Amino acid sequence: MVVIETPRSPRSRKAAKFERWGWLYMRISGMFLLVLIFGHLIINLVMNGGITQISFAFVAGKWADPFWKIWDGLMLWLALIHGTNGMRTIVNDYTERETLRKVLNYTLWVVCVSLIVLGTLVITTFDPCVDSSVSHTLSVCK
Amino acid sequence: MSDVKVIDEIPTYQVTLFVRRFNQEDGLEARWEDFDVTVHGTDRVLDALHKIKWEQDGSLTFRRSCAHGVCGSDAMRINGRNRLACKTLIKDLDMTKPIYVEPIKGLTVEKDLVVDMNPFYEAYRAVKPFLIASDKPEKERIQSPEDRERFEDTTKCILCAACTSSCPVFWTDGQYFGPAAIVNAHRFIFDSRDEGAEVRLDILNDKEGVWRCRTTFNCTEACPRGIEVTKAIAEVKQAILRGKP
Repeated sequence: MVVIETPRSPRSRKAAKFERWGWLYMRISGMFLLVLIFGHLIINLVMNGGITQISFAFVAGKWADPFWKIWDGLMLWLALIHGTNGMRTIVNDYTERETLRKVLNYTLWVVCVSLIVLGTLVITTFDPCVDSSVSHTLSVCK
Repeated sequence: MSDVKVIDEIPTYQVTLFVRRFNQEDGLEARWEDFDVTVHGTDRVLDALHKIKWEQDGSLTFRRSCAHGVCGSDAMRINGRNRLACKTLIKDLDMTKPIYVEPIKGLTVEKDLVVDMNPFYEAYRAVKPFLIASDKPEKERIQSPEDRERFEDTTKCILCAACTSSCPVFWTDGQYFGPAAIVNAHRFIFDSRDEGAEVRLDILNDKEGVWRCRTTFNCTEACPRGIEVTKAIAEVKQAILRGKP
């Protein structure tokens, strides 16, 4: 027999506020991501020869323009937090033991922060000429 | 007497009902039990359950009071959907197949189709479902038809729990307030005579409050009174963001 707990542990103001911001964040970031992701897919995979154009040079060319750095940076931050928050709600729904819930949610945020840090590092410090074996083919490095 | 119109005899059908049985005292797991019943074209699932209880197995347990869709006692899962047994005509179901009847989900089964409604009522009580007003008026509180229209839809709730027990978020751990409690909060939050909106919005701005709603619309589809439940929840969400109704 399934026995469920009686509703609700004592309310916490901090948790309530967090859920409200979480809910709002999902909607706002969702709107931005719709434009960012579809724009990204169309420009990278459909326009100008589609998928065949993608190479190191293509990425280097895009990231020479600060506009694409900001575009990709925004996409990285918004999508990772959006996805992690979505996973958090799923974890909260499906886990029954509090310790397991905490472990999973903690792992999620650690992974999320690591990926954001690594991704941001790549976008901000990208140098197309750093690897001489590849860069000698790029006109900017000559 | 020859001009008296002869009314056709009501057609009768043979149907099979699979009813989910559970009795804590017999120590057995919950199980499906089938019953063959002869029903009329005018019979509802509740009539079939009555026939089983009165003619075949007196131990079959279920709740019903008014039997006419007003008291909200006989919400159950019929062919996988939450319905009132007293408002579901058997002829509207596929009678060539067995009809499956089981208790509503997410609440502890006490016996057969009877569940423990207390967690449901506790969530209802928590939203303060009564008029909160500071003054004591000498006569009735006047309200314009437009102001009344604002919460007309949510006054129709009969607390049958069909919505709450159809909500997948409520199924997960039973901590979520559930659609019914939010509908009844909505009924007072948007009432121009009420002064407790802020308190109720604060209660529903809870970790387990309106934000857990995933807008799956199960509640709207389950409501036997046709309340637009998901819309009401969305209106409460917006009221919380605004900070006022």
